[in-house]
Amino acid sequence: MIDAMVVATAGWSIRVRRRSLLVCVTLTVAVLAGILVTLSAGVNSFPVSRVFAVFAGHGLPAENLIIGELRLPRAVTAMLVGVALGVAGALFQSLTRNPLGSPDVVGFNSGASTGALVVMLVLHAGAGAVPVGAIAGGAITAAVVFLLSSRHGVSPLRLVLVGIGAGALLNSLNSLLIVHSQLYDAQSASVWLVGNLAGSGWDEVRLIGGTLLVGLVLCVGLSRPLSLGEFADDRSMSLGLHVGRTRTVAVATGVLLASAAVAISGPIQFIALSAPQVARRLTGAPGPNLAASGITGALLLVVADFAAREAFQPRQLPVGVLTGLVGGVYLAWLLGSEWRKGRA
Amino acid sequence: MRSKVIGQFAVFVVAVAALGCVAVLSLMVGRQAISPTAVISALAPGAHGDVADIVRGLRLERTAIGLVTGLALGGAGALMQALTRNPLADPGLLGVNAGAAAAVVTGFAFFGISDGFTQTWLGLVGAALASGVVYLLGSGRRAAATPARLALAGAALTAVLFSYINAIAMRDQASFDQLRFWVVGSVVNRGYDRLLIALPFITVGVVIALLVTPGLNALALGEEKSRALGLGVGRARVATAIAITLLCGAATAVAGPIAFVGLTVPHVARFLVGADQRKVVPLSMLMASAFLVLCDTLGRVVSGGAEVEAGIVTAILGAPVFIALVRRRSLVAAA
Repeated sequence: MIDAMVVATAGWSIRVRRRSLLVCVTLTVAVLAGILVTLSAGVNSFPVSRVFAVFAGHGLPAENLIIGELRLPRAVTAMLVGVALGVAGALFQSLTRNPLGSPDVVGFNSGASTGALVVMLVLHAGAGAVPVGAIAGGAITAAVVFLLSSRHGVSPLRLVLVGIGAGALLNSLNSLLIVHSQLYDAQSASVWLVGNLAGSGWDEVRLIGGTLLVGLVLCVGLSRPLSLGEFADDRSMSLGLHVGRTRTVAVATGVLLASAAVAISGPIQFIALSAPQVARRLTGAPGPNLAASGITGALLLVVADFAAREAFQPRQLPVGVLTGLVGGVYLAWLLGSEWRKGRA
Repeated sequence: MRSKVIGQFAVFVVAVAALGCVAVLSLMVGRQAISPTAVISALAPGAHGDVADIVRGLRLERTAIGLVTGLALGGAGALMQALTRNPLADPGLLGVNAGAAAAVVTGFAFFGISDGFTQTWLGLVGAALASGVVYLLGSGRRAAATPARLALAGAALTAVLFSYINAIAMRDQASFDQLRFWVVGSVVNRGYDRLLIALPFITVGVVIALLVTPGLNALALGEEKSRALGLGVGRARVATAIAITLLCGAATAVAGPIAFVGLTVPHVARFLVGADQRKVVPLSMLMASAFLVLCDTLGRVVSGGAEVEAGIVTAILGAPVFIALVRRRSLVAAA
């Protein structure tokens, strides 16, 4: 029984564990099936054959509108945002060596939200400027946290703790902005703060897709150093690893992906927290499991967004409300498993 | 030796005096500034007139609430830091206040509970549940809870609970308007009745806290050493946890979730009087009381027109302290 195999072409080779590959393929199929379901099912439901007819260009006008122009871009956005969140979470959890150390816990989402809220509530700029604010807010927060936590090199632990402190500060700034604005503005801002995918169009797909491409290219380079980096610093260095450089690139990539996701959909919580852990359980592999985490994130978000869209009809909930529940379940499960381990 | 005792006694005297000054200051400052002598005469029995109305109306209420909740949060913070032997412990950061707020909000949104008495009980239950969850999440596999693990568990739980509160708040505009104020701690317009309901809980919490301080000193030696000295720490632990729950739950039921008061103040107290919990805990209470009232007063003046809630001011002042603590190398090494 071969446990791992090597995929090689002329220029490069990559070592793949068989089980990880199997998990990734299965999850990808599940994501695609999930998207197919979100396209066909719902209050206006269509047979799957009609979905394919729309793809082939034979759809009726109503089908083209609902499936092709409303549901498809939303589902694709959910998938891509899910990948971005899953990978960002895996990067951060790998760096911090902690199952709770994801960008939504350590303050980057709070910073991105502050940026977006300033644009919305203080500058009163149009909706088009909100992503710019979110990305700027996330990047500035990340830079400040990174600088504050570097002292004789950046220790991952200090990074997490400084991030928590900065996050708490930014959260209260966010509350300040919300509490002190007009009720109507405050309400629309707080819908954004929960995280929402409704109304995503092809522009959103292009934006998140482009960022994802850059991020994933960086990830291919990071995957191996990161799995070595989960040893102690001195051990990693003896394996010939530039610990500092790897960490900087990994943080930058994680922040890039997380803030692009926030810019598109608002801060959807807990996908980044839970996807890497689910992926890790499925593959059983050590290391950050970047690919599996990304695909798990996509699956979680596609399913959550479908549920948010259809389960409470005639109202649509923002997807962030449901992922908040996912986060609660995840914490409970983590609690349970730690407790069992503690007794064993 | 004697000069040290006198010095520490002086610290307490100064703390009480500062508390008095801050309280009077908070009655003076506001949209209409009032002189200290006018404040004191307005407080005299039988005083009436515009100035007396301003002082004894809203301002006295928020000062009183600030004093009491500050005291409770400072005491809870000092107890938490001693109990978990964790310099980063704070009822706000570890999710205890968020637990209390989530319980109160649940009662309000699903069962229409808006009377202060039931809300206070709900706050206590929420605080107790949240502290249990954070402690279990933070302690993990046979290992003791490290500062970093506890802080992460607290941050994660806080995030879950606030997204839950936000989800409830979004159901309709009326509850949103009500609940957005539960996300930020504030001492304004909370009402004397709420304070009176919370007062017995806080009093019991303070009494337990003061009684348990010798046990906390034993705890600081480490479990094995204190057992070897014949000091039972189990009971002290339970009593401390009860005191923390009473103080945090009741304070949050009055003022909403306020973070960082319980974090920063005990550090200053330890700096002033050393590690003896018999001094640290009461001094933290006095200083936190003054600190919260001061934050509330600052919030009235910083932004000119609109007031900034006390809970936001404490975060803006307290977060840099947290980050400075984290940057100390010894802490990270210990974690």
